Amino acid sequence: MATHIQPEGLADKGIAGETVAPPPRKERKLGSGIEIVLLAIFMVVMLFPVVWMLETALKDTRDIYAVPAKVISFTPTLDHFKNVFSSDSPVFQGFINSVIVAGFSTLIATVLGVPAAWAYSRFALKAKKDQLFFILSTRFMPPVVVVIPVFLMFRDLNLLDTLPGLILVYSAFNLPFTIWMMKGFIDEVPAEYEEAAMLDGFSRFEAFWRVTMPLLIPGIAATAVFALIFSWNEFVFSIFLITDPDTRTAPSAIAGLIGGTTIDWGLVAASAMTFAVPVLVFAFLVRKHLVAGVTLGAVRR
Amino acid sequence: MTSAIVAEGISKTFGDVEALKSLELDIPEGSFFVLLGPSGAGKTTTLRVLAGLEKPDTGRVLLNGIDATKATPAERDLAMVFQSYALYPKQTAAQNITSPLRARKLPKSEVDAQLKRVSELLHIEELLNRYPAQMSGGQMQRIALGRALVRDPRAFLMDEPLTNLDLKLRVEMRTELTRIHRSLGRTFLYVTNDQVEAMSMADKVAVLREGTVQQVGAPTEIYDGPANRWVATFMGSPRMNMLDCTANGRLEGEGWSLPNPGFGVSGDHRAVFGVRSEDLSLEVRDEATALEGTVYAVEPLGDRTLVDVEVGGQRIVIKAPPTATYKVGEPVRAAVDMERVHLFDAESEQAITRR
Ligand SMILES: Nc1ncnc2c1ncn2[C@@H]1O[C@H](COP(=O)(O)OP(=O)(O)O)[C@@H](O)[C@H]1O
Ligand SMILES: [Mg+2]
Repeated sequence: MATHIQPEGLADKGIAGETVAPPPRKERKLGSGIEIVLLAIFMVVMLFPVVWMLETALKDTRDIYAVPAKVISFTPTLDHFKNVFSSDSPVFQGFINSVIVAGFSTLIATVLGVPAAWAYSRFALKAKKDQLFFILSTRFMPPVVVVIPVFLMFRDLNLLDTLPGLILVYSAFNLPFTIWMMKGFIDEVPAEYEEAAMLDGFSRFEAFWRVTMPLLIPGIAATAVFALIFSWNEFVFSIFLITDPDTRTAPSAIAGLIGGTTIDWGLVAASAMTFAVPVLVFAFLVRKHLVAGVTLGAVRR
Repeated sequence: MTSAIVAEGISKTFGDVEALKSLELDIPEGSFFVLLGPSGAGKTTTLRVLAGLEKPDTGRVLLNGIDATKATPAERDLAMVFQSYALYPKQTAAQNITSPLRARKLPKSEVDAQLKRVSELLHIEELLNRYPAQMSGGQMQRIALGRALVRDPRAFLMDEPLTNLDLKLRVEMRTELTRIHRSLGRTFLYVTNDQVEAMSMADKVAVLREGTVQQVGAPTEIYDGPANRWVATFMGSPRMNMLDCTANGRLEGEGWSLPNPGFGVSGDHRAVFGVRSEDLSLEVRDEATALEGTVYAVEPLGDRTLVDVEVGGQRIVIKAPPTATYKVGEPVRAAVDMERVHLFDAESEQAITRR
């Protein structure tokens, strides 16, 4: 025992790792030649479809059909992008609907999921593990398996062809994911912070709100981005549950461009590029939080 | 004297760990009460149950005589210093300290005045603008103390609040806390695994082991009259010497024999003879009450010298003056202060009282 006999200065060093600066990051060396070559090949393979799409979106219709393909020797035009946003655009309403659906379903999943995750993290519940597994298991199901029953229910409830219907489905699909991911973040925050706040005289909710919530912001941002991307990209429910051009979302609107007698490939490509941009921008803006969030445990204690 | 906090038959299990086994505590109003026990004894669990953070499986918590078993932590009006500090990471030291005052919506002038008082008391003025991540363990511990001392609760619960301070600051804070306790006149329930802290600060000590209270009393009562063998070895440094013996008219052990100073035993009773190292002396005065052995090791500590002596296959430690010079292997005789020896039953390990 004799914890009181300790060399001076030792005890004041703080608890593990908290006051010690992280070791300086090692200077990253340029990889070997082989590494660079392999990465370059990988990059070309990954980026080729994207580049092709972008080129198609920027070429005028004649150049798109040119054989052999004009890879660089074409005059770029923004006509197709203008068509995407024009008043008689067949996809523009789809973008608006996508924003609404993705935004609301993410909001609902977050508002419901964070408190649920907090409860699962903090309280002893009956069969907690089974409940959590059940919640997770709903994600195992491919959407296409449940789309028929959902379709039938929605028909009876008059939710077919409506945005609230789609918001409901996406919220339901995002909620389990939100709960699981947020539970991981909340587990990382010691319950003692909230307990200390309760002893300070705050209610349980105030304690959560004042002490734990500020520590969860990066986690919530990361979780919300994932939910947002899911809702934004979702295709199966969107195409089955909505046929009305006024309420369908961007993915099915873009898909609807293909299938007529003449296909305006330039418009398809421009729409697809436009569709991809928000996700990229959003992920880029919150990338710091995303990295902090994905590596669970990065929440500062 | 009235009781500030009473724990009545509190039991608490975590899975298959019995952290508390019908624990009984009665903490007098205004006392400096120390809960002493080794790590894992259930000290933190006891505080958490009293504070309302943990629901006991059975038993009741009374605060000033009123059943508070179901009261929320806020309603209990207790201030607690966590073993892990539990400082809010996103708040500065000053915000951390004033959190209880802001919970009570005190006016800013009052909050500032209290902050000033506490930061002077704990010498933390220069830390007030720092975040917990920018402080050392000892500094955080003082901020955690400040968050408790900033208000005037029913009682202060402190979970090993000084363990992370360096020796000089710890000794200083010990005196300081005793002084604060006297000036506030509030009840302090202080948890520690350091018996020196218990001895020097407590009005009353409860010794906790594996979720049960072994003994309650003033520090000297426990030191001089341990209720069982475990308490006897836990209290005091170096540990109390223990020698197996058979007790009857005399106490007979392997290679030694002493007169029975009045322990109530009948027949040849298997027992353990206990004597503290300071109650042994290598300057023999009374031939009848001495242990014979050979020096096994000598540890000079500056203010005293500890001499390890082998007596019939078992080893004892004797506190000798710093000037003592003994050689390993040298035969010695250690006089025993028979007024201050202890006898424990070999089976039950309970202390055997004198007739
Ligand atoms: N939340 C918990 N879950 C499981 N076991 C626990 C928990 N809290 C405490 N224990 C166990 O209860 C016993 C007492 O713990 P504790 O009260 O922290 O002891 P102390 O503070 O005296 O070191 C230990 O065996 C510990 O492992
Ligand atoms: Mg503890």
